[in-house]
Amino acid sequence: MHDALVWAGGGLVVVGALFTLLGAIGVLRFPDVYTRIHAASLTDTGGASLVLLGLTLISGLNAETLKLGLVWIFVMLTTPAAANALANAAYGSGHKPRIGTFQIMPAAQPDAATVKEEYGGESK
Amino acid sequence: MMNLSLEAGFALNVALLLMLVCVGIAIAATRSLLAAILLMGIYSLVSTVWLVVMDAADVAFTEAVVGAGVSTIVLLGAMLLARGDTERHDWRRLVAPALLAAVVGGVLIYAALDLPNFGDPASPANSHVGRAYLEAAQHKTGALNVVTAVLGSYRGFDTLGETVVIFAAGIGVALMLGFGPRATLPAPPDVMGDHHVVLRVTAKLLMPLIALYAFYVQFHGDLGAGGGFQAGVILAVAVILHALVFGLRETVLAIPAKLARTLATLGVLIYAVIGLICIVNGGGFLDYDHLFASKVEAMIPPGLLGDPDGAHHWGQHFGIFFIELGVLLTVAATMVTIFYGFAGRMMDGGAAKR
Repeated sequence: MHDALVWAGGGLVVVGALFTLLGAIGVLRFPDVYTRIHAASLTDTGGASLVLLGLTLISGLNAETLKLGLVWIFVMLTTPAAANALANAAYGSGHKPRIGTFQIMPAAQPDAATVKEEYGGESK
Repeated sequence: MMNLSLEAGFALNVALLLMLVCVGIAIAATRSLLAAILLMGIYSLVSTVWLVVMDAADVAFTEAVVGAGVSTIVLLGAMLLARGDTERHDWRRLVAPALLAAVVGGVLIYAALDLPNFGDPASPANSHVGRAYLEAAQHKTGALNVVTAVLGSYRGFDTLGETVVIFAAGIGVALMLGFGPRATLPAPPDVMGDHHVVLRVTAKLLMPLIALYAFYVQFHGDLGAGGGFQAGVILAVAVILHALVFGLRETVLAIPAKLARTLATLGVLIYAVIGLICIVNGGGFLDYDHLFASKVEAMIPPGLLGDPDGAHHWGQHFGIFFIELGVLLTVAATMVTIFYGFAGRMMDGGAAKR
């Protein structure tokens, strides 16, 4: 039984880490600020929750469980609030969401202007 | 704390150090100061993880709070006062500095090859003084955390020096940038509306918890990781968070700049006076065994508060307690003073730019 819990917990930790990796890829690949914030914050909270849940399964029910629970509450409080603040600041400084269809892979050689626009030059 | 097998620990160390190298190269390569500052915050966070892996929780605390928190905010403030990017230099001007850096780095790596392995019990640092501390510290000072015992009692004079250095740094920044805004700042125009309600509610929830945690780190420092330095920076972070979310005006109303600099001075004074009391009672400077006059010490019943072997630990207990209190006050108030210095300038500069 104990072994099964440890394996399940380890699996959850790995899945949580993969979630976070997905978030990092999303931050790099998504087209504009808002979708990037969305990728970062959702996967951060989700991934951290999974990792903490996995750690709880590994450690079993003891004082560690309470500490992990407190960490979870802290993460659930701060990450969405940070994402909200980020989106708020982006909106306040005039970033417009990009609406429409995009090429996910740039066709051949993207010219310098496109690159600049995609990597944070859109505030001007 | 960490029970890793040798191979797993090695792999973790290599991975973390590689991340540090990557972030360092990115910092050097980027030309946006904003990106560089944020990358430095990431560098500090990775170092924090690395320090935890090395079992140096006390240092990890400080690195997380100061490296990733306070210094990022202060650097952002400095960036807002200056320009946000750097100039592109001709590569020929970079050859000499790059060569110099490579040579110095090479010398350092060559020197590091001669260092003993991490945690090597036969290394000089671990076999003479270190071993003596480990064997005697708990018995002589009553502090379970050897780091606290060494820092507060054995090396109390050095720690006084460190506290004075922090105090002097705060005074230096304040002399250059000003001690911060006066209490009567004009109310800012209400341009934000109520957009930041989520942030405000979250900050209100977090600030008391951060302050509480600071006091836990302070008073638990005898037993676990932590102490005055760590608690001081954590406490300062609570104040800085308040200033970031509610505006500097509100924070200065709650904690005036004058109060901050008074507390910073008071902390150093408490520390030094404890040392002087020890001299008055016939010991050396900061020799806590002589903190209480022998008459006072005789009045304390032996065995009080889990102190079985005589009253001699009382001086150590109270000495470490009070000097840690002094460190807490100085560090927290100095951090707040430095932040006030930058933030006060930012308000002036920001107003002038607009």
